[in-house]
Amino acid sequence: MKSPNSSSLKKLFNKIFSKAVLRGIVAIVFSIAFWETASRFAFPLFAFVPPPSIVLSVVGESFGSLVFWENWTSSFGRVIFGFVIAQIIGIPLGLLMANNRNIHGMTFPIFEILRPIPPLAWVPASIIFWPTTELSIAFVIFLGAFFTIVINVLGGAKSIDARYIRAARSLGSNRSDMFFRIILPAVLPSIFTGMAVGMGITWEVVVAAEMIAGKSGLGYYTWESYVGGNFPRIIVGMISIGLAGYISSSMIRLIGKRSTPWLRLF
Amino acid sequence: MADEGGIQEPRETNRVWHKGLLNNQEKVAIETANEGSGKMIVDSLGKTYGSGPFRQYILRDCSFVLEEQKLTILIGPSGCGKSTLINILAGYEEADSGTATLDGAPVGEPNKDRLVVFQETALFPWMTTLGNVTYGPRVQRNRPKDEIETEALGLLEKVGLEEFRDKYPIQLSGGMQRRAELVRAMINNPRVMLLDEPFRGLDAMTRELMQEHYVRLFEERRQTTLFVTSEIDEAIFLADTLLIMTNGPGRIKKSIPIDMPWPRTPDMLTSMEYLRYKEEALDLLHEEALKAFAADNKIAADFLEAYEATKTESVSASR
Repeated sequence: MKSPNSSSLKKLFNKIFSKAVLRGIVAIVFSIAFWETASRFAFPLFAFVPPPSIVLSVVGESFGSLVFWENWTSSFGRVIFGFVIAQIIGIPLGLLMANNRNIHGMTFPIFEILRPIPPLAWVPASIIFWPTTELSIAFVIFLGAFFTIVINVLGGAKSIDARYIRAARSLGSNRSDMFFRIILPAVLPSIFTGMAVGMGITWEVVVAAEMIAGKSGLGYYTWESYVGGNFPRIIVGMISIGLAGYISSSMIRLIGKRSTPWLRLF
Repeated sequence: MADEGGIQEPRETNRVWHKGLLNNQEKVAIETANEGSGKMIVDSLGKTYGSGPFRQYILRDCSFVLEEQKLTILIGPSGCGKSTLINILAGYEEADSGTATLDGAPVGEPNKDRLVVFQETALFPWMTTLGNVTYGPRVQRNRPKDEIETEALGLLEKVGLEEFRDKYPIQLSGGMQRRAELVRAMINNPRVMLLDEPFRGLDAMTRELMQEHYVRLFEERRQTTLFVTSEIDEAIFLADTLLIMTNGPGRIKKSIPIDMPWPRTPDMLTSMEYLRYKEEALDLLHEEALKAFAADNKIAADFLEAYEATKTESVSASR
């Protein structure tokens, strides 16, 4: 009665205070301490950097204001909108390109010319092309996630082990079985890899696009703080962007793990 | 089960079926009659890769018969076209010349009458053991779900995997994966089972256990089987008929009926009969290795050495 409980508690305790976690805590504490000292004593390059203690007080102030949270939601909204559309178009396109030589032949060259163009280089054209700023930002975000997902799905679908396809054919699969029971699950890990990488790119893009053209959002907040000379708020903005990206990536990893249970069994 | 082999004119039944003149019950009846085992005749198959001066014969004039309900073992040096042969018989590749017929009808697109068990595992990693085993019947959609499951669990129990029904392939050992894959093919009652070096890559001990498992499974259903291997002991231990293949281009050098009683037991491996068969087979394989060596085949040197060693062993054992 006593032993399983105390041992599982002990396990949990060991996990929380494991060496890896402790190392992480030590690293963060030391960085903050260094930052504080460097700002206080005006180390070279640190002269204008506000110390963490002051940033912390601005954090409290920002967290209480509605506008700050609206910036969070508007950035998140844009990211999710562009990202989801990129998946809706990109995943089927990648699968089609992998399975149909004609489609592959017609789309791949264009795709490969457009792919190396950084999403931010699209901003001017996008602003001219789309009727509203909001749509042009969404478009640039879409591009950031789109190319990544297509390349990953294409690669994943092309590298499916031929024996799975052969076995599935012999066992009597029709076209829809082949797609839904064989190809899709085989590509699923690549889809989630593409999503995770794409999500990272999406956050880079949204922030830059907001700085250039936005009227709201975390990128806009950070830029506006710089223009207004409010240095602690710049840092609050930066950390918010970091957290937002981390939250999004974690969500994707979580969904990915849930949808591919056969991959996490080692 | 053993008497289901008598199949008359499957070509005819297939034709009628496609016309849609039969109701479902009759379809099922015909299908059951076709199940279990068939006779495959392979007549002067040829296959080349490349063209012009780079043309290479993989198979040339390859002929043999897979008798109903018999276990035919094909043995030959590596690179002699064994896998290509399996691919042609399964319908994954087309032959350039010659014919292969199953119960009179030429083989075509892959289907569940000719099922392959591949080298190493081809279990679907995203399905559990039970999901894998029931996949064929599930997508063929001609049997009720609970019946499929009952049969699958019965088979899994026979190969000692019933406790692993909900595990993914990655959680199974190599030997377990091989057994699951055998069962995945068997449950469909193919007319021919094509096993392409199914126990390759397993350690010696697991391999021996697998052979014993396999003998029991085979005895139970007696499905016509072509079993490809490069292990001489495995070959003789399992064979009703032993086919020896030449070193590329692949052709059947000799067909040796192995006249030892079933069920096969490990103690037969030391009988005089067994050693005679082994010597005969090794002599033939040795000849092939010499030819390959003469033709400056780099693999042949190792190959020769290996067979030389086995041979000495077997001769000294027979004394």
